[in-house]
Amino acid sequence: MTHPYIPNAEPGVRAEMLAAIGAASVEDFYAAIPEGLRLGRPLDLPEPMASEHELVAHMRGLLARNTDTTELLSFLGHGCYPHHVPAVCDEVNGRSEFLTAYAGEPYEDHGRFQAIFEYVSMMAELLEMDVVNVPTYDGHQAAGTAIRMAARYTGRSKVLLSGAVAADKMSKLRDFLDHDIELVIAPVGPGGEIGDVEIDETFAAIYLETPNVYGVVETRGRELADLAHAVGALLVVSADPISLGVLAPPASYGADIACGDIQSLGMHQSYGGGQAGYIATRDEERLVAEFPSRLFGIAPTAVPGEYGFGDVFYDRTSFALREEGKEWVGTAAALWGITAGVYLALMGPQGMREIGETILARTRYAMDRLTEAGARVLHADSVHFREFAIETPSSDALLAALREHGILGGVRLDDRTLLVCVTERHSKHDIDRLAAAVQEGLA
Amino acid sequence: MSGHAGESFAELPVAPKPALRRFHQARWDEPIIFEQSRPGRRGIAVPAAGVPPVELPDAVRRAEPPKLPEMSQLHVLRHYVRLSQENLGVDQAIAVGQGTCTMKYSPKVNDRFVTDPRIAELHPLQPEDTVQGVLEIYWRLERMFAEISGMHRVSLQPASGSAAIYANIAMIRAYHASRGDGERRDQVITTMFSHPSNAACAKVAGYEVITLMPDENGYPDIEALRAAAGPRTAALMITNPEDTGIFNPRIEEFVRIVHEAGGLACYDQANANGLLGVTRAADAGFDLCHFNLHKTFSTPHMCGGPAGGASCVSEALAPFLPGPTVEFDGEKYHLDADRPLSVGKTRPFLGVTPNVVRAYAWIAALGAQGLREVAETAVLNNNYLMHKILQIPGASAHWPGGRVEQVRYSWQGLFEETGVHSEEIGVRAADFGVHYWTSHHPYLVPEPFTLEPTESYSQEDLDEYAAILAHVADEARRDPDLVRGAPYNQTIHKIDPTSLEDPKQWSPTWRAYTRKHLA
Repeated sequence: MTHPYIPNAEPGVRAEMLAAIGAASVEDFYAAIPEGLRLGRPLDLPEPMASEHELVAHMRGLLARNTDTTELLSFLGHGCYPHHVPAVCDEVNGRSEFLTAYAGEPYEDHGRFQAIFEYVSMMAELLEMDVVNVPTYDGHQAAGTAIRMAARYTGRSKVLLSGAVAADKMSKLRDFLDHDIELVIAPVGPGGEIGDVEIDETFAAIYLETPNVYGVVETRGRELADLAHAVGALLVVSADPISLGVLAPPASYGADIACGDIQSLGMHQSYGGGQAGYIATRDEERLVAEFPSRLFGIAPTAVPGEYGFGDVFYDRTSFALREEGKEWVGTAAALWGITAGVYLALMGPQGMREIGETILARTRYAMDRLTEAGARVLHADSVHFREFAIETPSSDALLAALREHGILGGVRLDDRTLLVCVTERHSKHDIDRLAAAVQEGLA
Repeated sequence: MSGHAGESFAELPVAPKPALRRFHQARWDEPIIFEQSRPGRRGIAVPAAGVPPVELPDAVRRAEPPKLPEMSQLHVLRHYVRLSQENLGVDQAIAVGQGTCTMKYSPKVNDRFVTDPRIAELHPLQPEDTVQGVLEIYWRLERMFAEISGMHRVSLQPASGSAAIYANIAMIRAYHASRGDGERRDQVITTMFSHPSNAACAKVAGYEVITLMPDENGYPDIEALRAAAGPRTAALMITNPEDTGIFNPRIEEFVRIVHEAGGLACYDQANANGLLGVTRAADAGFDLCHFNLHKTFSTPHMCGGPAGGASCVSEALAPFLPGPTVEFDGEKYHLDADRPLSVGKTRPFLGVTPNVVRAYAWIAALGAQGLREVAETAVLNNNYLMHKILQIPGASAHWPGGRVEQVRYSWQGLFEETGVHSEEIGVRAADFGVHYWTSHHPYLVPEPFTLEPTESYSQEDLDEYAAILAHVADEARRDPDLVRGAPYNQTIHKIDPTSLEDPKQWSPTWRAYTRKHLA
């Protein structure tokens, strides 16, 4: 049978093509591969699914062994968040013209250039910064690159990192930076914010997250910006864009580089597959020069009133300069950028404010309800957005008790600490259900 | 009005199609989204809090609302549907022109699996007993890649091909450090026709990069390798076949030279599409390799990602794999995070799960024989297309000898004759509904273009693509200005890119554009 994915496997076609080339068999084309390197046997793989129907049945069997967050009441966050995904986001990123196009050129893939340009432009308004990159892989990579950009910009190789950073993100940052950038970890203060900070002229940057790993909103941004700038260092702030309809954007308190993950803006959780990273700066040539990512800009065409697009300042990328470029660039997460643009266009300024207000209010409501239920909420007096930590006698025991009620109660940070995530998807009733189950679990 | 009796302007049967398609790309002349905003409109309603509001302190409260567009839902949708139509994806076009990218068909059925809530609505930190299905997919795909590469273990965590290259270099660094040899081994050797990310990632990881240039036959220079390999060598990072489509028959010797110097050999298998089931990384002695899920393994390219990478390693390198790994005890799947030598996280969570699911489904649908058929057909298609392209006067393959799954061609002959550059040929070809790419930099092959026909395209598709290039090359001879003035049938007309390199003028966002040009 000629496989439906392989048109020229049809024997007659194959013979005709071989004859046209003047080759005896496909083997002729492999002449360069020495006999000793040939596998010489079929790959040992499972028997193929003989039809699409059988493939669907097989995959259904596998998927049936997952229980998802529409079936369980989930309060899991910690870097991947259960926000509502507007149907239009799915509609647009499911369009096969976007789904199956690639890097392209500014002509035949004009739509892709414009859609990405509009994504970065909407992010720029949210961030109040003039330059935003075509997305990198995820918020972890965005943070690592933002820190490297600060190090290159200042010519220094030491960075002060807030200690309120997720453990897996810290692992990534160590792997990516440790060998040539010294990471000094700032203590976490009693309120869950960054604690006392001391830096001098050897530091390239202060790196801050808000909301941080505990869901605490950092309130000393301006002070940290001033501290950094006083010694010629930069302030790098990782901020979740979904908070920025209500929270001040990093640039407004003096941040030089903003970064983060955009999964919240219209991407499903997808078992961690919805991550994409943004990096933003002001429009200063020396800072722009440090981006490894592609940047798309408007260019005029031969026809008045027509927008063209192209790469801004291409000769800083590894595509242009190999190892002499800034880090590397390649396929990353463009379609999630387009999707985040759709999300921001749907939400507009009002939607972004309202979702921020709803999340702030429900987070506080959940903190209050869990306190009443007997849980000890950490950093309870600080401003929280979407997440908060609770201390329990045993994380595992409480999580197990909540599972009995069909609830995934939070992410286990350690033996006694749980991180609880509340979004606009969690109704008051959902939160009350959690509180009742926590009360019973702690009793 | 038409159709008046006796007013015939044409007759049945309809005349045959002309030799080339009379293509015109969608041209909506769409304004920038901000230009479509009207205050007060909105595209979606948000749940109200329903609980008491929180007053924010001034220090953290946003002062001014963001200047986002205000549009109704239909108008947001319509804008993006129009933009989507102004693209040429694999589903519309004969996408053989983006060599090195392996633009193949992504089966539609695989997209359905990833929009199923039991993938789309899974949180990556759910308890293991609630995600046995997805863990099994990770495990099965890992075993498939182990067999396809001949390697011992595989990590599906890297977010892309380049991220897998970086993960491989991180493991190489950790391996040498674990042997107390990390300080001394500070060089990575690569080749000019390996993807630029091999050189760039090695540099970021702290290595000095040595790049081998091609010899007179287009092979990486083995004498240069002998001269470069030594006690400072951490690894060789090499693609084979290289981006020229030329398979290096002495690859085993390359690996041996590096091993004898105490270095590791790492195989960039971005160009694996012609080799599935034919030859494997382990067979040539490599210690590490990587695959791109979005190239050889069919996951859609999505305008530039999300993608996916698979880092495959030998037993000696397995302890250094990114963590956690997926393990199977014969009954249940679980995650192992207790791996003291691991390089740690290269990406949040376990990987780009939707693409892991798609790649698994693709291999499951093909099996061993299907993969071999993919490879052989990709190679047949490439050699057939090469046969056609080399018949076009002014086109050449630059170096002699055979090619595997792609070719880096040259229009140097045509350029010398007409003064028309390869980029200009590509832009004009877009007027006929196809995409065409030149090469990474530097342009070692002059006036380059790189075609990779994969297994997805029919003989008729390849004939059409070759006919388009032959037609454009002919136009370059007859009327070079016609080619230089292209495109005509595209969404937009010829761009003047000069402002993109000028800091005073460049406009990487609408915010920058309005400040610089509309103020």
